[in-house]
Amino acid sequence: MTWVNAIVQGVLLGGFYALLACGLSLMFGVMRIINLAHGDIAVVGAYLVWLLATQLSISPFLAALLVIPGMWVVGYAMYVLLLERSRRAGLLVPLLTTFGLAIVIENVLLQVFSPDVHSLLSSTGSLATASVSVGGGLSISALGTLIFVTAVVVLTGLQLFLSRTNAGRQMRATAEDPDAAELVGINARAVYARATAIAVATAALGGVFLAIRSTFDPSTGPTQLIFAFEAVVIGGFGSAWGTLVGGVVLGVAQVIGEQVNPQYAVLFGHLVFLAVLAAPQVGILARRGQGL
Amino acid sequence: MSLLEVRDIDAQYGLLKAVRGVSLTIEEGETHALVGANGAGKTTLLRTIAGAHRPTAGSIVFDGVDITGIPTYRRVSLGIALVPEGRRLFPGLSVEENLSIAGGKRRGGEWSVERVLDVFPMLRERRKHRAATLSGGEQQATAIGRALMCNPRLILLDEVSLGLSPIAVSAVYDSLKTLIAGGTTVVLVEQDLGRALGVASRVTCMLHGEVVLEGAASELTRVQITAAYFGTQRAASAGAAS
Repeated sequence: MTWVNAIVQGVLLGGFYALLACGLSLMFGVMRIINLAHGDIAVVGAYLVWLLATQLSISPFLAALLVIPGMWVVGYAMYVLLLERSRRAGLLVPLLTTFGLAIVIENVLLQVFSPDVHSLLSSTGSLATASVSVGGGLSISALGTLIFVTAVVVLTGLQLFLSRTNAGRQMRATAEDPDAAELVGINARAVYARATAIAVATAALGGVFLAIRSTFDPSTGPTQLIFAFEAVVIGGFGSAWGTLVGGVVLGVAQVIGEQVNPQYAVLFGHLVFLAVLAAPQVGILARRGQGL
Repeated sequence: MSLLEVRDIDAQYGLLKAVRGVSLTIEEGETHALVGANGAGKTTLLRTIAGAHRPTAGSIVFDGVDITGIPTYRRVSLGIALVPEGRRLFPGLSVEENLSIAGGKRRGGEWSVERVLDVFPMLRERRKHRAATLSGGEQQATAIGRALMCNPRLILLDEVSLGLSPIAVSAVYDSLKTLIAGGTTVVLVEQDLGRALGVASRVTCMLHGEVVLEGAASELTRVQITAAYFGTQRAASAGAAS
């Protein structure tokens, strides 16, 4: 029963990783940018929600409803002011830019908020500890379920956006051939900015859940980035469903590792990631010749 | 007023000058063939008109508006559409998606996915297939259809017959004639002189990045064009250029 429990908890944890990872995957899929500041952007989202929730004494979920649209705008501006210029300079420059951005964010957070550890756990009321027993000693936490369901909704929404809406189709077209996209009247720059906005907003949402389910401080970002990156690679870059599968595989691996020995949680996750990297076709749902 | 005026355009790739001091006037409703050997600068000239390539000198005036500094996607909404060399479809998108995304901020107009499928009936049963799985002729038809979806006043066709079977080329040209009859202004780059002269009302011949011959298709002899094409009578043809 402990193993069944481990798998169930792993799947729920995987939803959280998928939520963190989907923006990373989108940005790589659409414009071949690996955003090394992704984890730190999630932490910024966590800080903003924490700030609003404590200063205005409102529920963190209400605060998140204010912060996420704000982060959308931040993402749009981040592309126009920062990434657009560096993307024109070549493939490696955006990597350096986001690396620099990550350092800047971490140090600004350190300066403004001090290295103190925070959490939103206590301000979510009964949700944090509520769980449903499903028999056989197995219980599912309400918070874990909420995060998992949110992840599925966000990823499904993203997938539907890309496959069903005109803006989404234009995003896929731009990902495949930006020059040809311009020639049929698509403003590639606006499409890239929109993709970055989506990525930053979903990262902030992931950051809110990070803050609710555990603790955060200015240096939390890079670890979250690694987990998100592993989820994306395991699932196959650029595929929304792949990201969900990747997150779940990573989550299950970590919880099983924890079951074996509490020290092994992260190690097991890394091992699965390395195994997938070593496999001939990287990514479980990777399909060749299909960007998204 | 002419629909398009290209004035003294220079365009280059690095140090290589592909187009030198080219001027060209396209009147509304005409079909203008741009001919010349490989490397004559035809593709670069079309890409410069569409905005995909930045000229180093000169200006482009479309319908009385200087568009030299206007980005590609906005030229589409003004009414310029290019069918690029090599088709450049979005391989992962279906035929229908390739068509429906085109147009950007849509100009009002008559073209719809249904209408394109009427003009290119071979695409009808392939509409849900990914563009990567199409035959060359079907891909070319999709590429032309995609440009038409922008409801262009001026359509630029770059080597539409390249790599197609003779039957597919005929099918593409048949639908082109429908277009021309409908009043769309067409500039077409074509290697096959016979094909080009069959549909064009005016002809411009380029050599080494320069215009060496320009005139009404009915007034130019094939000998004149061939001479300009290969540069064998460069001095003589320069006099013929208007």
